[in-house]
Amino acid sequence: MIKMFINNLEVQAEEGWTIRDACEFYGLEIPTLCYDPGLSNYGGCRLCLVEIGKSPDTKLVSSCTYPCEEGLNVHTDTKRVIKARKMMIELMLSVAPGSKVIQDLASKFGVTQMRFEVRNEECVMCGLCIRMCAEQMDAKAIGFQNRGYKRKISTPFDAKSKVCRECGGCMYVCPACQARCQGPNAEDPVCNACLQMDPTCVDVYGEATCWMYDAGRCGTCVRPPEAESEKQGSVKE
Amino acid sequence: MTNTKLRSLDDLKQKIEQESSRKAEEKRSVLIVSAGTCGQARGSLKVIDSLEKEIQKRNLEDRIAVKITGCHGFCEAEPNIIIQPNNLFYQNVQPKDAEAIIEETILNGQVIDRLLYREPGTEETTLAGPDIGFYKKQMRIVLGDNEHIEPIKIDDYFAVGGYSAIAKVLQEMSPEEVIEEIKKSGLRGRGGAGFPTGNKWAFSRKAKGDKKYIICNADEGDPGAYMDRSLMEGNPHRVLEGMIIGAYAIGADEGYIYIRDEYPVALKHITTAIQNAEKLGLLGDDILGSGFNFKVHISRGAGAFVCGEETAMIESIEGGVGVPRQRPPFPSVKGLWKKPTNINNVETWGNVPIIINKGADWYAKIGTANSKGTKIFSLVGKINNTGLVEVPMGITLREVIYDVGGGIPENKAFKAVQTGGPSGGCLPAEKLDLPIDYASLIEAGSIMGSGGMIVMDENTCMVDVAKYFLNFLRDESCGKCMSCREGTQRLWEIVDKITTGKGKMADMQLLEELSIAVKDASMCGLGQTAANPVLSTLRYFKDEYITHIKDKKCPAGVCKELITYSVIDENCTGCLTCKKVCPSGAVSGELKEIHSIDREKCIKCGACLEACNFDAIKVE
Repeated sequence: MIKMFINNLEVQAEEGWTIRDACEFYGLEIPTLCYDPGLSNYGGCRLCLVEIGKSPDTKLVSSCTYPCEEGLNVHTDTKRVIKARKMMIELMLSVAPGSKVIQDLASKFGVTQMRFEVRNEECVMCGLCIRMCAEQMDAKAIGFQNRGYKRKISTPFDAKSKVCRECGGCMYVCPACQARCQGPNAEDPVCNACLQMDPTCVDVYGEATCWMYDAGRCGTCVRPPEAESEKQGSVKE
Repeated sequence: MTNTKLRSLDDLKQKIEQESSRKAEEKRSVLIVSAGTCGQARGSLKVIDSLEKEIQKRNLEDRIAVKITGCHGFCEAEPNIIIQPNNLFYQNVQPKDAEAIIEETILNGQVIDRLLYREPGTEETTLAGPDIGFYKKQMRIVLGDNEHIEPIKIDDYFAVGGYSAIAKVLQEMSPEEVIEEIKKSGLRGRGGAGFPTGNKWAFSRKAKGDKKYIICNADEGDPGAYMDRSLMEGNPHRVLEGMIIGAYAIGADEGYIYIRDEYPVALKHITTAIQNAEKLGLLGDDILGSGFNFKVHISRGAGAFVCGEETAMIESIEGGVGVPRQRPPFPSVKGLWKKPTNINNVETWGNVPIIINKGADWYAKIGTANSKGTKIFSLVGKINNTGLVEVPMGITLREVIYDVGGGIPENKAFKAVQTGGPSGGCLPAEKLDLPIDYASLIEAGSIMGSGGMIVMDENTCMVDVAKYFLNFLRDESCGKCMSCREGTQRLWEIVDKITTGKGKMADMQLLEELSIAVKDASMCGLGQTAANPVLSTLRYFKDEYITHIKDKKCPAGVCKELITYSVIDENCTGCLTCKKVCPSGAVSGELKEIHSIDREKCIKCGACLEACNFDAIKVE
């Protein structure tokens, strides 16, 4: 067993667990996109970021790939994590605004603006389809091509694949293949129709260790920002 | 010369002595011609050819020898020749100068004035190489041997005491002692991150495993940086010797040199060096009868910048796509083919033999508290003495740029220096007195990196510079992390908008926010530093961004969409020069009449500005 700390709580993790695995075991929700329990861990979407290390030498890592280590200090919902995560969602919205999964993420994590030029590519290169095809379907029909902003997913030489069995596994796991619902804001790059409008405590109070282990999401113990100075003690640091 | 296998330490010592005395007994005048990639590009092979022909014609083979060496570091003076025994330095030598050099200098002992180096500004001539301002403040403990060695001849390396560090290590030191010595020297990785080399070796030594690897990282990809190339071209055995010592210390028996295929000369020289070392028994099984085995392979990189990142490099050597892996596990625990692997940069390996030979105490005296030894920088951009400079750590930027580099051409004002390659930062004039070491550069918002140093003058637009590096990075990002792939692309888009006059003030805030997110959220070093060009220019040159956005003007006159060319009536003599060079027919006016430029037709190429002899073209 590995002893470590998540949000200042001492926890035990099993050998071979990632930080995400440990968080899941202890009921802490870590948002993910490119993670799937049936596939190998990838670490490409950068949504599952957590802050590790002791202040001031902390850094952000993807919890789905970072192994649990003895004595590791993990914080799941710091301001730094939330800022970076929101920006990742904003970047995803800019290339795949038509995806329900990404629109839902935006609403859930309070991303209300999208300041980039929309490029309707719909693919966020999470690589789920490639791993599905290789690891579960044993076909390896598709893969990444090129690098950087020219990266794309295709069959070798863009030719019709001889190994593809047209099983549809790639489409099944694809977050962009789930089209967004056609609600009132269907035309906007950011939907936010189901947005939780309560202020989240982390936005207001910085790092909050919530007794519900749901820091920043339920909104029950939070007052509007102007009340902050009066009753600062009620949300524990 | 015998090329029999060296079977013991005594054999090696004898060989070193024999070659050193052969060198000392050289009675001929030696013409040392630098012929690295850069020298060859400037025509040094033709110079060598004509020198050899001239010597043959006069039957002077027993009096004059030509030595073809790697780079001497002084690019601006290429092709250059050092004439021994007096170290006379001739610069920019042309093939037609061969006759004069042999006739006047060697046979008659006269100096040819037109070939001498002239200090920028004062025009004073200098005779001997080491007295030139460019070399005076340098401390060439790694590059210095380049002048004395024909890189394809292992005997030349023996002649400068090469491979003596191996003799010392195998005879006197245990692997632990070697690691202790490297730790004590304070050597830090020269590839960019500056991790203490001794600690890295200790991790790899400690790691459990019956098989261990070492890798020499020669995947130098920064634009305008060529430190590693020059060292491998000019002194490949130095790198090999460092690797052999490292392998002995760590307990590795196999090594890889990951070298980019765009470096054909370096590749050729290092391949030859490995073959020669194998022939002499310095690589292979039972090296010098010590029972220690070590083999070196070459792995050719296809030119992806990200493969300089150690985990991506491992992927690439294994035959996969060069994409970084999650660390931990660190390569020193689980690296190449899941075996403990130690990766160091070319220059780091090159520093190892001298630490062993001269001792850690000697080495630790050079430099500052947290950065020891010397560092090779490739000094390029708007600088008089373009070249590779090796300076002790702790030297100030001002000394490097003005004393070694000879200042900025045409006496223009200094604006910024970019250190650390594309993911480094731009430092302004007020940071000129900053002593160069790992910590101070990070403090100032840049990094040491692998040693690129690009000097910029007043005619450089910093927003354009940020755009240039972002363009490089968005292309070179492997594309795995959302933050790096999409982040660098979006950063580039925003900066591009600003340079074309479409920027908004809100973009500044977005740039900063996005930069921080890219830096925080990316997995490998490339992504984590990819925002540096933006962050450092925003920090020091914010007003330039604002001028681009608010006034729609480029103060340096670089961003084409924001500048206009016009004629200054008072200065124009009506000479027709600009009209002749204008490719788009935008200039009108007759002889001896004041010209004018049609803004509709003008493509802003700047040809008229360069051609005008009367300063009559204005850029706004």
